[in-house]
Amino acid sequence: MDIFSFLIDGFALAIQPANLVYAAIGVLIGTSVGVLPGIGPALTVALLLPVTFKLDPGGSIIMFAGIYYGGMYGGSTTAILLNTPGESASVVTALEGNKMARAGRGGPALATAAIGSFVAALIATAGLAILAPFLVKIAVKFGPWDYFGLMLIAFVTVSATFGSSPLRGLTSLAFGLWLGLMGLDQLTGQARLTFGVPELLDGVEVTTLAVGLFAIGEAFFVASRHLFKPEKPIPVKGSIWMTREDWKRSWKPWFRGTVIGFPIGALPAGGAEIPTFLSYTIERKLSRKPEEFGRGAIEGVAGPEAANNASAAGTLVPLLTLGLPTSATAAVMLAGFQQYNIQPGPLLFTQHADLVWGLVASLFIANVMLLVLNLPLVGMWVKLLKIPLPWLYAGILVFASMGTIAANPSVTELLLLTGFGVVGFVMRRYDYPIAPAVVGLILGPLADSALRRSLQMSLGDPMILLQHPSSAIMIGIALVALVAPFVFRGLAKFRQDED
Amino acid sequence: MRKIFRLGLLATIVGGTLGSGTLQASSQDLELTIMAPAGAGGGWDSASRSMQDAMMASGNAKSVQVVNVPGAGGTVGLAQFVGSADGNPNQLLVAGITLVGASISNQSPVDLTQVTPIARLTGDPLVIVVPKDSPIRSIDDLLATIKKDVATTIWVGGSAGGADHILAALVTKAAGADPSKINYVAYSGGGESLAAMLGGQATAGVSGYGEWEGQIKSGDLRALAISYPEPIEGIEARPLKAQGLDIELVNWRGIFAAPGVEGDDLDKLKSAVEKTVKSAEWKAILKARGWTDYYAPSDEFKAFIGSETERVKTILTSIGLAN
Repeated sequence: MDIFSFLIDGFALAIQPANLVYAAIGVLIGTSVGVLPGIGPALTVALLLPVTFKLDPGGSIIMFAGIYYGGMYGGSTTAILLNTPGESASVVTALEGNKMARAGRGGPALATAAIGSFVAALIATAGLAILAPFLVKIAVKFGPWDYFGLMLIAFVTVSATFGSSPLRGLTSLAFGLWLGLMGLDQLTGQARLTFGVPELLDGVEVTTLAVGLFAIGEAFFVASRHLFKPEKPIPVKGSIWMTREDWKRSWKPWFRGTVIGFPIGALPAGGAEIPTFLSYTIERKLSRKPEEFGRGAIEGVAGPEAANNASAAGTLVPLLTLGLPTSATAAVMLAGFQQYNIQPGPLLFTQHADLVWGLVASLFIANVMLLVLNLPLVGMWVKLLKIPLPWLYAGILVFASMGTIAANPSVTELLLLTGFGVVGFVMRRYDYPIAPAVVGLILGPLADSALRRSLQMSLGDPMILLQHPSSAIMIGIALVALVAPFVFRGLAKFRQDED
Repeated sequence: MRKIFRLGLLATIVGGTLGSGTLQASSQDLELTIMAPAGAGGGWDSASRSMQDAMMASGNAKSVQVVNVPGAGGTVGLAQFVGSADGNPNQLLVAGITLVGASISNQSPVDLTQVTPIARLTGDPLVIVVPKDSPIRSIDDLLATIKKDVATTIWVGGSAGGADHILAALVTKAAGADPSKINYVAYSGGGESLAAMLGGQATAGVSGYGEWEGQIKSGDLRALAISYPEPIEGIEARPLKAQGLDIELVNWRGIFAAPGVEGDDLDKLKSAVEKTVKSAEWKAILKARGWTDYYAPSDEFKAFIGSETERVKTILTSIGLAN
């Protein structure tokens, strides 16, 4: 019962009028900065963190929670409306979300993202409050072999983001994997594929690739079309609200996304990307209208958005219990704690229980606030699409470059961004899917080091991957997922032959 | 982790501009820029910003700015510093032992012997730990385990070739085993390697004491020894030296001026830093941050850089990361 009395105290703190105002301001500025193209939630939080320093710890954390959720929501908004995700976790959202927006259904896409995020965050935050101490015990048992198993599953599911042509998808994935090899090898400290450029020793930044391929590439592509056939701003068709059908198709993906996102987010090296890919694949497999995928299926927005938010709550598990920041946002949050001389770790729950539960309660409040403020604003965001295209895309170029320079002021980074923009343009021109390249850059290095760490610990014996039941099961799942489609197709053919 | 540092950097740029609005009236008229060759949030960045605060608050400089140039263990920043600040008496650099190692293993054309040492500032101990239910109870047990089979003794710690790796190699050598056979699994930082320690996937782990202090105090990890030469107040684990091993390795940080700064310019910088380090403001920062004072003046520091470079090179060569 202790947990609940602490939680009630936390709420008592969070619903004081002044704190509610902080939460509202946080959500509002978080959304407005996060909505700038090329600027994801982590960057939003980093930009706005200093604003919270002037408040007392309670108010600061509450405002922080608001900025965080606001930034996250703002990021999905641009991914959906403009096809310019500001971070890797909303790459999947852009896949279906932007197709919906182009079909004039931007309103329902934004609404399902907002409500899905709300549902997921609500459940996951409750999970955090109840399960954190227990989950972390399992999470640290997750060895490199288990991570490798998880990566295999993720690799198999990537094919869902390939679009229509597997060959083009694999080419795009290979490009991402190649980029992932660049830089200092984590295990041996040797430089790979750096061509003598010291800035490349740290490898290619995922955000730079995602923003370059999506935002810059999109701007180039639109500009190249514009000369011949000026695109008209997209009119909003039908209601900007979700229809009964939309609700029916959304609620299950919300819950499934949450169930996938929270535990993977709680892993010390889980992250938000893998759950969004997994959720996308599952929704595509389970959907009763799989033919809509690739053309704007609402499930493909609802599931990944829920998974993204649930995993964000999941990352708080290792942060609060181990002091281990597993995402960029969590790292910034850690800086926020340290500002008040609070060191997250095993003693945090006993030493600063009031602050922890205050944070959990403010996450709840920030969520509600986000929904209250942003649902009425959906209509306004959709109007973004009415801005004349030259202005809109010029703005995207400016903000995307600014975001990149703000994160790392270096000429090399800017050149990379431009280079990726050109690559993104060429890929669009010749109809190569973009998401697999980003996926390759994220998963490649993770799988590489997980496999090599396992082999190093087993003195080179590959059986270590099968000796641990957990990794054996995951490798089995990956294998089944890989082979099953072929077997089923074979069986179907076999039956047809019999007829 | 890279992304994390860069974002942190951004946070501090913004924070720094908001915070540095107050200029102190002072006898000194120095207007300095300190380069931290790393992203925000790490050791070099916090040392730079602490130096900034202390110099201005103690009136030893009129204004101090901090710039971050992250990348490749600090060698990107160092190369830029050597190239652009040459002879400029208003530019300073904060760096430490990791940069010594990174210059060697990245085969960087520049290293710390090319800049002008002003003072060594802080030195933090590393700690050697085992999981709480490990049969290894003392450093002697660990040495015996290593001697029995060096390859199955799995170490975890920070990046390859960094201070953690070097300490693991020194201990392996002291156990009488071949350091080139060491089984060191590198993680990107103290956080990820911590999860591997708590999960019982490794025999022993190395990290900065501060990073694992929480788990050591809560009993989830057993600290066998620290790498500092003398006992430190508030740390229960004893130095390796006090336990019969002739090993000391301190994660030190120091401050440097540009190449070619000499004469009056150099003396001015030396005296400003010396006065700052002796000020109450600096002492308060050390206490708040949990840093250990490891001050050494310019000449002593210069000799120290020479000997550290040689020592680190020997160790990195013995584990096959340099040639």
